[in-house]
Amino acid sequence: MVAILETKNLGITFGTHQAVQDVSFSVEKNEFKSIIGPNGAGKTTLFNLLSGQLKPTKGEIYLKGQQITGSSVVERTRLGIGRSFQITNVFPNLTVLENVRLAVQSQAKLRYQAFTHYRSYQKFEEKALHWLHVALLDHKENTLAINLAHGEKRKLEMAMLLALEPELLLLDEPTAGMSLEDVPAILQVIKKIKEEGDKTILLIEHKMDMIMDLSDRIMVLFNGKLLAEGTPREIMDNELVQSAYLGGLYDEFTSQS
Amino acid sequence: MELFINLTINGLATGMLIFLLAAGLTLIFGLMSVLNFAHGGLFAWGSYAGVWLYLLTNSFIAGIIGAIFIGILLGFITEKWIIQPVYGNHVQQILITLGFMIVLSELLKVIWGPNQIAVTPPAYLTGSWEIGNILIIKYRAFIIVVGLLMYGLIYYMLKHTKIGLIVRAGVINKEMVQSLGINIKRIFLYVFMAGAAMAALSGMLIAPYAGVIHGNMGMEYAILAFIVVVIGGMGNITGSILAATLVGIIGSFMAYYVPELSLAVNMLIMAVVLLFRPQGLFALKG
Ligand SMILES: Nc1ncnc2c1ncn2[C@@H]1O[C@H](COP(=O)(O)OP(=O)(O)O)[C@@H](O)[C@H]1O
Ligand SMILES: [Mg+2]
Repeated sequence: MVAILETKNLGITFGTHQAVQDVSFSVEKNEFKSIIGPNGAGKTTLFNLLSGQLKPTKGEIYLKGQQITGSSVVERTRLGIGRSFQITNVFPNLTVLENVRLAVQSQAKLRYQAFTHYRSYQKFEEKALHWLHVALLDHKENTLAINLAHGEKRKLEMAMLLALEPELLLLDEPTAGMSLEDVPAILQVIKKIKEEGDKTILLIEHKMDMIMDLSDRIMVLFNGKLLAEGTPREIMDNELVQSAYLGGLYDEFTSQS
Repeated sequence: MELFINLTINGLATGMLIFLLAAGLTLIFGLMSVLNFAHGGLFAWGSYAGVWLYLLTNSFIAGIIGAIFIGILLGFITEKWIIQPVYGNHVQQILITLGFMIVLSELLKVIWGPNQIAVTPPAYLTGSWEIGNILIIKYRAFIIVVGLLMYGLIYYMLKHTKIGLIVRAGVINKEMVQSLGINIKRIFLYVFMAGAAMAALSGMLIAPYAGVIHGNMGMEYAILAFIVVVIGGMGNITGSILAATLVGIIGSFMAYYVPELSLAVNMLIMAVVLLFRPQGLFALKG
Protein backbone atom coordinates (compact mmCIF):
# COMPACT_ATOMS: atom_id res chain seq x y z
CA MET A 1 0.00 0.00 0.00
CA VAL A 2 1.80 3.02 -1.26
CA ALA A 3 0.24 6.46 -1.03
CA ILE A 4 1.07 8.22 -4.27
CA LEU A 5 -0.41 11.45 -2.96
CA GLU A 6 -0.82 12.64 0.58
CA THR A 7 -1.86 15.92 2.14
CA LYS A 8 -1.51 16.99 5.77
CA ASN A 9 -3.72 19.70 7.22
CA LEU A 10 -3.83 21.42 3.86
CA GLY A 11 -5.47 24.84 3.88
CA ILE A 12 -5.70 28.10 1.99
CA THR A 13 -7.24 31.41 3.00
CA PHE A 14 -8.32 34.14 0.61
CA GLY A 15 -8.47 37.27 2.71
CA THR A 16 -10.60 36.05 5.59
CA HIS A 17 -12.33 33.29 3.62
CA GLN A 18 -10.98 29.82 4.34
CA ALA A 19 -11.61 28.12 1.00
CA VAL A 20 -9.85 24.90 2.04
CA GLN A 21 -9.37 23.98 5.70
CA ASP A 22 -7.33 21.26 7.34
CA VAL A 23 -7.76 18.72 4.58
CA SER A 24 -5.77 15.55 5.18
CA PHE A 25 -6.16 12.60 2.86
CA SER A 26 -4.13 10.14 0.87
CA VAL A 27 -4.58 8.45 -2.45
CA GLU A 28 -3.13 5.06 -3.21
CA LYS A 29 -1.43 4.09 -6.41
CA ASN A 30 -3.90 3.27 -9.19
CA GLU A 31 -6.83 4.21 -7.02
CA PHE A 32 -9.84 5.99 -8.53
CA LYS A 33 -11.04 8.58 -6.06
CA SER A 34 -13.79 11.12 -6.56
CA ILE A 35 -14.42 14.39 -4.81
CA ILE A 36 -17.98 15.62 -4.43
CA GLY A 37 -19.45 18.62 -2.72
CA PRO A 38 -21.73 21.56 -3.48
CA ASN A 39 -20.60 24.52 -5.58
CA GLY A 40 -18.11 26.67 -3.73
CA ALA A 41 -17.07 23.81 -1.44
CA GLY A 42 -13.44 24.31 -2.43
CA LYS A 43 -12.96 21.39 -4.83
CA THR A 44 -11.31 23.35 -7.62
CA THR A 45 -9.23 25.24 -5.08
CA LEU A 46 -8.03 21.92 -3.66
CA PHE A 47 -6.96 20.88 -7.18
CA ASN A 48 -5.19 24.21 -7.60
CA LEU A 49 -3.22 23.43 -4.45
CA LEU A 50 -2.36 19.93 -5.64
CA SER A 51 -1.26 21.02 -9.11
CA GLY A 52 0.67 24.04 -7.86
CA GLN A 53 -1.46 26.83 -9.35
CA LEU A 54 -1.99 28.03 -5.78
CA LYS A 55 0.34 27.80 -2.80
CA PRO A 56 -1.27 26.71 0.49
CA THR A 57 -1.27 29.00 3.49
CA LYS A 58 -1.12 25.94 5.69
CA GLY A 59 -0.19 22.26 5.55
CA GLU A 60 1.86 19.99 3.32
CA ILE A 61 1.58 17.95 0.15
CA TYR A 62 3.59 14.81 -0.59
CA LEU A 63 3.92 13.04 -3.91
CA LYS A 64 5.35 9.53 -3.65
CA GLY A 65 6.68 10.44 -0.23
CA GLN A 66 8.43 13.55 -1.53
CA GLN A 67 7.38 16.93 -0.19
CA ILE A 68 6.10 19.08 -3.08
CA THR A 69 4.33 21.83 -1.15
CA GLY A 70 6.59 24.54 -2.55
CA SER A 71 7.14 23.05 -6.02
CA SER A 72 6.11 24.89 -9.17
CA VAL A 73 3.54 23.69 -11.68
CA VAL A 74 6.31 22.66 -14.07
CA GLU A 75 8.11 20.63 -11.42
CA ARG A 76 4.91 18.87 -10.45
CA THR A 77 4.12 18.07 -14.07
CA ARG A 78 7.61 16.65 -14.35
CA LEU A 79 6.97 14.53 -11.26
CA GLY A 80 3.85 13.07 -12.83
CA ILE A 81 0.83 15.20 -11.95
CA GLY A 82 -1.47 15.96 -14.87
CA ARG A 83 -4.46 18.20 -14.54
CA SER A 84 -7.52 19.14 -16.52
CA PHE A 85 -9.42 22.33 -15.95
CA GLN A 86 -13.07 22.98 -15.25
CA ILE A 87 -12.95 25.55 -18.01
CA THR A 88 -11.79 24.00 -21.22
CA ASN A 89 -8.16 24.67 -21.82
CA VAL A 90 -6.87 24.11 -25.31
CA PHE A 91 -4.93 26.35 -27.70
CA PRO A 92 -7.73 27.68 -29.92
CA ASN A 93 -5.59 28.75 -32.88
CA LEU A 94 -3.59 25.55 -33.15
CA THR A 95 -4.88 22.46 -34.90
CA VAL A 96 -6.05 19.50 -32.87
CA LEU A 97 -2.91 17.61 -33.82
CA GLU A 98 -0.64 20.51 -32.88
CA ASN A 99 -2.30 20.80 -29.50
CA VAL A 100 -1.54 17.18 -28.69
CA ARG A 101 1.87 17.25 -30.33
CA LEU A 102 2.87 20.07 -28.01
CA ALA A 103 2.04 17.87 -25.05
CA VAL A 104 3.82 14.87 -26.61
CA GLN A 105 7.00 16.81 -27.25
CA SER A 106 6.90 18.28 -23.77
CA GLN A 107 6.54 14.82 -22.30
CA ALA A 108 9.44 13.46 -24.39
CA LYS A 109 11.62 16.27 -23.19
CA LEU A 110 10.63 15.83 -19.55
CA ARG A 111 11.24 12.12 -19.59
CA TYR A 112 14.39 11.91 -21.65
CA GLN A 113 16.02 15.22 -20.79
CA ALA A 114 16.45 17.46 -23.77
CA PHE A 115 19.67 17.93 -25.58
CA THR A 116 21.02 14.49 -26.27
CA HIS A 117 17.65 13.14 -27.16
CA TYR A 118 16.37 13.81 -30.59
CA ARG A 119 12.97 12.54 -31.58
CA SER A 120 11.83 12.87 -35.13
CA TYR A 121 8.84 14.91 -35.98
CA GLN A 122 7.07 11.91 -37.35
CA LYS A 123 7.41 10.03 -34.07
CA PHE A 124 5.73 12.92 -32.29
CA GLU A 125 2.92 12.99 -34.79
CA GLU A 126 2.36 9.26 -34.54
CA LYS A 127 2.16 9.48 -30.78
CA ALA A 128 -0.16 12.47 -30.95
CA LEU A 129 -2.44 10.56 -33.31
CA HIS A 130 -2.43 7.65 -30.88
CA TRP A 131 -3.67 9.83 -28.04
CA LEU A 132 -6.30 11.38 -30.29
CA HIS A 133 -7.49 7.86 -30.95
CA VAL A 134 -7.67 7.04 -27.25
CA ALA A 135 -9.69 10.20 -26.67
CA LEU A 136 -12.07 9.24 -29.48
CA LEU A 137 -11.03 12.14 -31.69
CA ASP A 138 -10.01 10.28 -34.84
CA HIS A 139 -10.16 12.26 -38.10
CA LYS A 140 -10.24 15.61 -36.35
CA GLU A 141 -6.48 16.20 -36.37
CA ASN A 142 -6.42 19.04 -38.89
CA THR A 143 -9.32 20.98 -37.42
CA LEU A 144 -8.47 24.18 -35.56
CA ALA A 145 -9.29 23.65 -31.89
CA ILE A 146 -11.43 26.77 -31.91
CA ASN A 147 -13.81 25.08 -34.34
CA LEU A 148 -14.45 22.00 -32.19
CA ALA A 149 -17.74 21.43 -30.44
CA HIS A 150 -17.57 21.83 -26.67
CA GLY A 151 -17.56 18.09 -26.02
CA GLU A 152 -14.78 17.60 -28.53
CA LYS A 153 -12.72 20.28 -26.83
CA ARG A 154 -12.96 18.36 -23.58
CA LYS A 155 -11.84 15.23 -25.38
CA LEU A 156 -8.92 17.15 -26.85
CA GLU A 157 -8.02 18.36 -23.40
CA MET A 158 -8.12 14.77 -22.23
CA ALA A 159 -5.87 13.70 -25.11
CA MET A 160 -3.34 16.40 -24.17
CA LEU A 161 -3.44 15.33 -20.58
CA LEU A 162 -2.88 11.68 -21.51
CA ALA A 163 -0.03 12.67 -23.81
CA LEU A 164 1.84 13.95 -20.77
CA GLU A 165 1.63 10.36 -19.47
CA PRO A 166 1.01 11.44 -15.89
CA GLU A 167 0.81 8.95 -13.07
CA LEU A 168 -1.73 11.04 -11.23
CA LEU A 169 -4.63 12.55 -13.15
CA LEU A 170 -6.66 15.40 -11.71
CA LEU A 171 -9.94 15.75 -13.60
CA ASP A 172 -12.08 18.76 -12.75
CA GLU A 173 -15.65 18.24 -13.93
CA PRO A 174 -14.78 16.75 -17.30
CA THR A 175 -18.43 16.75 -18.32
CA ALA A 176 -19.12 20.34 -17.28
CA GLY A 177 -21.03 22.26 -19.91
CA MET A 178 -21.36 19.22 -22.12
CA SER A 179 -24.53 18.40 -23.93
CA LEU A 180 -26.15 15.18 -22.77
CA GLU A 181 -25.26 13.27 -25.91
CA ASP A 182 -21.55 14.04 -25.42
CA VAL A 183 -21.39 12.78 -21.85
CA PRO A 184 -21.29 9.04 -22.64
CA ALA A 185 -18.28 9.54 -24.93
CA ILE A 186 -16.16 11.29 -22.30
CA LEU A 187 -17.29 8.72 -19.76
CA GLN A 188 -16.09 6.06 -22.14
CA VAL A 189 -12.70 7.77 -22.39
CA ILE A 190 -12.38 7.90 -18.60
CA LYS A 191 -13.43 4.27 -18.31
CA LYS A 192 -10.85 3.31 -20.90
CA ILE A 193 -8.14 5.07 -18.92
CA LYS A 194 -9.30 3.42 -15.72
CA GLU A 195 -9.36 -0.02 -17.27
CA GLU A 196 -5.78 0.28 -18.43
CA GLY A 197 -5.10 0.30 -14.70
CA ASP A 198 -1.84 2.24 -14.59
CA LYS A 199 -3.19 5.62 -13.54
CA THR A 200 -4.20 7.14 -10.27
CA ILE A 201 -7.22 9.33 -10.82
CA LEU A 202 -8.80 12.10 -8.77
CA LEU A 203 -12.13 13.17 -10.23
CA ILE A 204 -14.37 16.10 -9.37
CA GLU A 205 -17.86 15.51 -10.72
CA HIS A 206 -21.49 16.29 -10.04
CA LYS A 207 -23.05 13.42 -11.93
CA MET A 208 -23.67 10.96 -9.09
CA ASP A 209 -24.34 7.90 -11.22
CA MET A 210 -21.01 8.41 -12.91
CA ILE A 211 -19.25 8.82 -9.54
CA MET A 212 -20.87 5.68 -8.13
CA ASP A 213 -19.95 3.71 -11.19
CA LEU A 214 -16.29 4.72 -11.46
CA SER A 215 -14.99 5.42 -7.97
CA ASP A 216 -13.10 3.15 -5.63
CA ARG A 217 -13.49 5.75 -2.93
CA ILE A 218 -15.25 9.08 -2.53
CA MET A 219 -14.40 12.18 -0.52
CA VAL A 220 -17.02 14.74 0.40
CA LEU A 221 -15.93 18.36 0.68
CA PHE A 222 -18.19 20.84 2.42
CA ASN A 223 -17.35 24.46 3.21
CA GLY A 224 -13.69 23.74 2.56
CA LYS A 225 -13.57 20.86 5.02
CA LEU A 226 -13.36 17.15 4.43
CA LEU A 227 -16.74 15.94 5.67
CA ALA A 228 -16.44 12.25 4.96
CA GLU A 229 -14.47 9.67 3.07
CA GLY A 230 -15.28 6.08 2.11
CA THR A 231 -16.44 3.64 -0.51
CA PRO A 232 -19.39 4.69 -2.64
CA ARG A 233 -21.66 2.53 -0.46
CA GLU A 234 -20.36 4.04 2.77
CA ILE A 235 -20.82 7.54 1.45
CA MET A 236 -24.39 6.81 0.37
CA ASP A 237 -25.16 5.43 3.80
CA ASN A 238 -23.33 8.13 5.75
CA GLU A 239 -25.93 10.09 7.70
CA LEU A 240 -23.77 13.15 8.08
CA VAL A 241 -23.31 13.32 4.32
CA GLN A 242 -26.97 12.74 3.73
CA SER A 243 -28.12 15.46 6.04
CA ALA A 244 -25.44 17.97 5.10
CA TYR A 245 -25.39 17.55 1.41
CA LEU A 246 -26.68 14.52 -0.42
CA GLY A 247 -30.20 14.60 0.93
CA GLY A 248 -31.65 17.28 -1.27
CA LEU A 249 -29.04 17.35 -3.97
CA TYR A 250 -28.77 13.67 -4.66
CA ASP A 251 -32.40 13.43 -5.74
CA GLU A 252 -31.88 16.42 -7.91
CA PHE A 253 -28.91 14.87 -9.66
CA THR A 254 -30.41 11.44 -10.16
CA SER A 255 -33.58 12.86 -11.59
CA GLN A 256 -31.46 14.96 -13.92
CA SER A 257 -29.53 12.09 -15.48
CA MET B 1 4.58 55.40 -63.44
CA GLU B 2 8.33 55.29 -62.98
CA LEU B 3 8.08 57.41 -59.90
CA PHE B 4 5.28 55.25 -58.56
CA ILE B 5 7.35 52.07 -58.95
CA ASN B 6 10.42 53.69 -57.47
CA LEU B 7 8.56 54.93 -54.43
CA THR B 8 6.95 51.52 -54.02
CA ILE B 9 10.27 49.68 -54.15
CA ASN B 10 11.75 52.18 -51.77
CA GLY B 11 8.82 51.68 -49.43
CA LEU B 12 9.11 47.92 -49.67
CA ALA B 13 12.79 48.05 -48.75
CA THR B 14 12.12 50.30 -45.77
CA GLY B 15 9.22 48.03 -44.86
CA MET B 16 11.47 44.97 -44.79
CA LEU B 17 13.96 46.72 -42.52
CA ILE B 18 11.17 47.73 -40.16
CA PHE B 19 9.85 44.19 -40.33
CA LEU B 20 13.19 42.75 -39.20
CA LEU B 21 13.10 45.12 -36.26
CA ALA B 22 9.43 44.46 -35.48
CA ALA B 23 9.66 40.66 -35.78
CA GLY B 24 11.58 40.31 -32.53
CA LEU B 25 9.50 42.95 -30.80
CA THR B 26 6.19 41.34 -31.65
CA LEU B 27 7.26 37.87 -30.51
CA ILE B 28 8.79 39.28 -27.33
CA PHE B 29 5.56 41.07 -26.54
CA GLY B 30 3.30 38.27 -27.73
CA LEU B 31 5.09 35.63 -25.72
CA MET B 32 5.80 37.31 -22.38
CA SER B 33 4.01 40.68 -22.68
CA VAL B 34 7.37 42.33 -22.26
CA LEU B 35 7.58 45.94 -23.39
CA ASN B 36 11.12 46.32 -24.67
CA PHE B 37 12.12 49.87 -25.50
CA ALA B 38 15.77 48.85 -25.68
CA HIS B 39 15.12 47.00 -28.93
CA GLY B 40 16.13 50.09 -30.94
CA GLY B 41 19.40 50.16 -29.00
CA LEU B 42 20.19 46.61 -30.11
CA PHE B 43 19.41 47.70 -33.66
CA ALA B 44 21.81 50.66 -33.40
CA TRP B 45 24.52 48.48 -31.88
CA GLY B 46 24.17 45.99 -34.71
CA SER B 47 24.55 48.88 -37.09
CA TYR B 48 27.65 50.37 -35.48
CA ALA B 49 29.42 47.11 -34.73
CA GLY B 50 28.62 45.73 -38.19
CA VAL B 51 29.72 48.90 -39.99
CA TRP B 52 32.89 49.08 -37.94
CA LEU B 53 33.78 45.54 -38.99
CA TYR B 54 32.71 46.21 -42.58
CA LEU B 55 34.95 49.27 -42.83
CA LEU B 56 37.79 47.47 -41.07
CA THR B 57 37.79 44.31 -43.17
CA ASN B 58 36.24 45.76 -46.30
CA SER B 59 33.94 42.73 -46.28
CA PHE B 60 30.23 43.40 -46.18
CA ILE B 61 29.55 39.78 -45.25
CA ALA B 62 31.89 40.09 -42.26
CA GLY B 63 29.90 43.16 -41.21
CA ILE B 64 26.63 41.24 -41.39
CA ILE B 65 28.02 38.31 -39.41
CA GLY B 66 29.49 40.69 -36.84
CA ALA B 67 26.18 42.51 -36.46
CA ILE B 68 24.28 39.26 -35.93
CA PHE B 69 26.87 38.11 -33.43
CA ILE B 70 26.68 41.32 -31.40
CA GLY B 71 22.88 41.12 -31.58
CA ILE B 72 22.82 37.63 -30.09
CA LEU B 73 25.31 38.60 -27.40
CA LEU B 74 23.53 41.82 -26.41
CA GLY B 75 20.20 39.99 -26.61
CA PHE B 76 21.45 37.45 -24.09
CA ILE B 77 22.77 40.13 -21.74
CA THR B 78 19.63 42.26 -22.03
CA GLU B 79 17.25 39.39 -21.38
CA LYS B 80 19.21 37.99 -18.44
CA TRP B 81 20.01 41.18 -16.60
CA ILE B 82 17.56 43.81 -17.76
CA ILE B 83 14.33 42.00 -18.66
CA GLN B 84 14.24 39.00 -16.31
CA PRO B 85 14.23 41.04 -13.09
CA VAL B 86 11.11 42.90 -14.25
CA TYR B 87 8.94 40.11 -15.68
CA GLY B 88 5.27 40.92 -15.30
CA ASN B 89 5.68 44.58 -14.37
CA HIS B 90 5.04 46.89 -17.31
CA VAL B 91 5.91 50.15 -15.59
CA GLN B 92 9.28 48.82 -14.47
CA GLN B 93 9.84 47.37 -17.94
CA ILE B 94 9.26 50.72 -19.61
CA LEU B 95 11.54 52.54 -17.18
CA ILE B 96 14.40 50.06 -17.19
CA THR B 97 14.39 49.37 -20.93
CA LEU B 98 14.15 53.08 -21.78
CA GLY B 99 17.04 53.68 -19.41
CA PHE B 100 19.04 50.86 -20.97
CA MET B 101 18.25 52.26 -24.42
CA ILE B 102 19.83 55.57 -23.42
CA VAL B 103 22.86 53.78 -21.98
CA LEU B 104 23.28 51.81 -25.21
CA SER B 105 23.01 54.94 -27.36
CA GLU B 106 25.46 56.91 -25.23
CA LEU B 107 27.94 54.04 -25.20
CA LEU B 108 27.87 54.07 -29.00
CA LYS B 109 28.94 57.68 -28.97
CA VAL B 110 31.65 57.00 -26.39
CA ILE B 111 33.13 54.16 -28.42
CA TRP B 112 32.68 55.40 -31.98
CA GLY B 113 32.43 59.15 -31.49
CA PRO B 114 29.49 61.53 -31.70
CA ASN B 115 29.68 62.11 -35.45
CA GLN B 116 27.71 60.42 -38.17
CA ILE B 117 29.51 57.65 -40.02
CA ALA B 118 29.11 57.42 -43.79
CA VAL B 119 28.56 53.97 -45.32
CA THR B 120 28.23 52.79 -48.90
CA PRO B 121 27.15 49.39 -50.22
CA PRO B 122 29.83 46.95 -51.39
CA ALA B 123 30.73 47.16 -55.07
CA TYR B 124 28.63 44.14 -56.07
CA LEU B 125 25.50 45.73 -54.60
CA THR B 126 26.15 49.20 -55.99
CA GLY B 127 24.31 50.56 -58.99
CA SER B 128 21.08 49.45 -60.53
CA TRP B 129 19.43 47.24 -63.11
CA GLU B 130 17.46 48.76 -65.90
CA ILE B 131 14.28 46.93 -66.77
CA GLY B 132 12.45 48.69 -69.55
CA ASN B 133 12.85 52.29 -68.50
CA ILE B 134 12.61 51.47 -64.81
CA LEU B 135 15.72 51.62 -62.67
CA ILE B 136 15.90 49.11 -59.85
CA ILE B 137 18.56 49.97 -57.34
CA LYS B 138 20.42 46.77 -56.49
CA TYR B 139 20.84 47.40 -52.81
CA ARG B 140 17.12 47.98 -52.34
CA ALA B 141 16.30 44.78 -54.16
CA PHE B 142 18.84 43.04 -51.96
CA ILE B 143 17.14 44.30 -48.80
CA ILE B 144 13.74 43.17 -50.06
CA VAL B 145 15.09 39.70 -50.84
CA VAL B 146 16.75 39.40 -47.42
CA GLY B 147 13.55 40.56 -45.69
CA LEU B 148 11.42 38.03 -47.54
CA LEU B 149 13.93 35.26 -46.87
CA MET B 150 13.94 36.09 -43.16
CA TYR B 151 10.16 36.09 -43.12
CA GLY B 152 10.18 32.69 -44.83
CA LEU B 153 12.68 31.39 -42.32
CA ILE B 154 10.72 32.63 -39.30
CA TYR B 155 7.49 31.33 -40.76
CA TYR B 156 9.02 27.92 -41.36
CA MET B 157 10.50 27.81 -37.85
CA LEU B 158 7.19 28.75 -36.26
CA LYS B 159 5.18 26.29 -38.33
CA HIS B 160 7.48 23.31 -38.55
CA THR B 161 9.80 23.09 -35.56
CA LYS B 162 9.30 22.01 -31.99
CA ILE B 163 10.32 25.35 -30.57
CA GLY B 164 8.11 27.12 -33.10
CA LEU B 165 5.08 25.22 -31.88
CA ILE B 166 5.91 26.17 -28.30
CA VAL B 167 6.25 29.83 -29.31
CA ARG B 168 2.91 29.85 -31.13
CA ALA B 169 1.22 28.15 -28.21
CA GLY B 170 2.93 30.51 -25.76
CA VAL B 171 1.61 33.55 -27.61
CA ILE B 172 -1.90 32.15 -27.16
CA ASN B 173 -1.57 31.15 -23.50
CA LYS B 174 1.75 30.98 -21.75
CA GLU B 175 0.41 29.74 -18.41
CA MET B 176 -1.02 26.73 -20.13
CA VAL B 177 2.25 26.02 -21.91
CA GLN B 178 3.89 26.03 -18.50
CA SER B 179 1.30 23.69 -17.12
CA LEU B 180 2.34 21.24 -19.84
CA GLY B 181 5.73 21.20 -18.14
CA ILE B 182 7.52 23.43 -20.65
CA ASN B 183 10.00 26.00 -19.34
CA ILE B 184 8.72 29.02 -21.23
CA LYS B 185 11.34 31.33 -19.75
CA ARG B 186 14.09 29.38 -21.43
CA ILE B 187 12.21 29.52 -24.73
CA PHE B 188 11.70 33.24 -24.23
CA LEU B 189 15.45 33.76 -23.84
CA TYR B 190 16.03 32.08 -27.22
CA VAL B 191 13.29 34.12 -28.85
CA PHE B 192 14.70 37.29 -27.36
CA MET B 193 18.19 36.50 -28.69
CA ALA B 194 16.81 35.69 -32.14
CA GLY B 195 14.82 38.93 -32.09
CA ALA B 196 17.91 40.89 -31.08
CA ALA B 197 19.89 39.26 -33.89
CA MET B 198 17.25 40.32 -36.42
CA ALA B 199 17.23 43.85 -35.02
CA ALA B 200 21.01 44.00 -35.34
CA LEU B 201 20.82 42.61 -38.88
CA SER B 202 18.28 45.28 -39.71
CA GLY B 203 20.62 47.92 -38.29
CA MET B 204 23.49 46.65 -40.41
CA LEU B 205 21.42 46.50 -43.60
CA ILE B 206 20.05 49.98 -43.11
CA ALA B 207 23.51 51.59 -42.95
CA PRO B 208 24.41 51.57 -46.68
CA TYR B 209 20.74 52.17 -47.50
CA ALA B 210 20.50 55.36 -45.43
CA GLY B 211 24.10 56.27 -46.27
CA VAL B 212 24.93 57.35 -42.72
CA ILE B 213 24.48 55.98 -39.21
CA HIS B 214 24.16 58.03 -36.07
CA GLY B 215 23.71 57.48 -32.34
CA ASN B 216 19.98 58.22 -32.23
CA MET B 217 18.93 55.99 -35.10
CA GLY B 218 17.64 53.38 -32.66
CA MET B 219 14.79 55.48 -31.29
CA GLU B 220 13.74 56.67 -34.73
CA TYR B 221 13.21 53.20 -36.14
CA ALA B 222 11.99 51.64 -32.90
CA ILE B 223 8.97 53.95 -33.04
CA LEU B 224 8.10 52.68 -36.51
CA ALA B 225 8.59 49.10 -35.34
CA PHE B 226 6.23 49.68 -32.41
CA ILE B 227 3.62 51.07 -34.77
CA VAL B 228 4.01 47.96 -36.92
CA VAL B 229 3.65 45.65 -33.92
CA VAL B 230 0.41 47.35 -32.93
CA ILE B 231 -1.06 47.37 -36.43
CA GLY B 232 0.05 43.82 -37.19
CA GLY B 233 -1.19 42.35 -33.93
CA MET B 234 1.04 41.34 -31.03
CA GLY B 235 2.82 38.07 -31.65
CA ASN B 236 1.77 37.83 -35.28
CA ILE B 237 4.67 37.55 -37.73
CA THR B 238 2.57 37.62 -40.90
CA GLY B 239 0.67 40.60 -39.52
CA SER B 240 4.01 42.28 -38.87
CA ILE B 241 5.34 41.90 -42.39
CA LEU B 242 2.07 43.15 -43.87
CA ALA B 243 1.94 46.09 -41.49
CA ALA B 244 5.63 46.86 -42.05
CA THR B 245 5.06 46.90 -45.81
CA LEU B 246 2.12 49.23 -45.30
CA VAL B 247 4.07 51.56 -43.02
CA GLY B 248 7.11 51.46 -45.33
CA ILE B 249 5.14 52.30 -48.46
CA ILE B 250 3.08 55.01 -46.79
CA GLY B 251 6.27 56.47 -45.37
CA SER B 252 7.92 56.42 -48.79
CA PHE B 253 5.06 58.18 -50.56
CA MET B 254 4.52 60.67 -47.75
CA ALA B 255 8.24 61.46 -47.60
CA TYR B 256 8.07 62.37 -51.27
CA TYR B 257 4.85 64.38 -51.30
CA VAL B 258 4.40 65.73 -47.74
CA PRO B 259 7.58 64.87 -45.85
CA GLU B 260 6.65 66.68 -42.65
CA LEU B 261 3.60 64.45 -42.15
CA SER B 262 5.33 61.13 -42.75
CA LEU B 263 5.51 59.91 -39.16
CA ALA B 264 2.23 61.57 -38.22
CA VAL B 265 0.31 59.54 -40.80
CA ASN B 266 1.72 56.26 -39.51
CA MET B 267 0.85 57.32 -35.96
CA LEU B 268 -2.64 58.15 -37.18
CA ILE B 269 -3.07 54.72 -38.75
CA MET B 270 -1.97 53.14 -35.48
CA ALA B 271 -4.42 55.24 -33.51
CA VAL B 272 -7.26 54.28 -35.85
CA VAL B 273 -6.35 50.61 -35.60
CA LEU B 274 -6.18 50.86 -31.81
CA LEU B 275 -9.59 52.47 -31.79
CA PHE B 276 -11.42 50.03 -34.02
CA ARG B 277 -9.37 46.85 -33.80
CA PRO B 278 -7.23 47.05 -30.68
CA GLN B 279 -6.00 43.49 -31.17
CA GLY B 280 -4.37 44.59 -34.46
CA LEU B 281 -5.47 44.34 -38.08
CA PHE B 282 -4.23 40.79 -38.46
CA ALA B 283 -4.53 39.55 -34.89
CA LEU B 284 -4.75 35.87 -34.02
CA LYS B 285 -5.97 36.26 -30.47
CA GLY B 286 -9.75 36.71 -30.79
N1 LIG C 1 -8.34 32.95 -6.32
C1 LIG C 1 -9.36 33.12 -5.45
N2 LIG C 1 -9.47 34.25 -4.75
C2 LIG C 1 -10.48 34.43 -3.86
N3 LIG C 1 -11.42 33.51 -3.62
C3 LIG C 1 -11.37 32.36 -4.29
C4 LIG C 1 -10.35 32.09 -5.25
N4 LIG C 1 -10.54 30.85 -5.77
C5 LIG C 1 -11.64 30.38 -5.17
N5 LIG C 1 -12.15 31.26 -4.27
C6 LIG C 1 -13.31 31.04 -3.40
O1 LIG C 1 -13.13 29.82 -2.76
C7 LIG C 1 -14.36 29.12 -2.65
C8 LIG C 1 -14.24 27.75 -3.26
O2 LIG C 1 -14.21 27.85 -4.67
P1 LIG C 1 -13.99 26.60 -5.61
O3 LIG C 1 -12.80 25.86 -5.17
O4 LIG C 1 -13.97 27.09 -7.02
O5 LIG C 1 -15.29 25.73 -5.38
P2 LIG C 1 -15.83 24.45 -6.14
O6 LIG C 1 -14.86 24.07 -7.21
O7 LIG C 1 -15.99 23.42 -5.09
O8 LIG C 1 -17.16 24.84 -6.71
C9 LIG C 1 -15.41 29.99 -3.32
O9 LIG C 1 -16.08 30.71 -2.32
C10 LIG C 1 -14.59 30.90 -4.19
O10 LIG C 1 -15.24 32.13 -4.35
MG1 LIG D 1 -15.06 23.94 -9.30
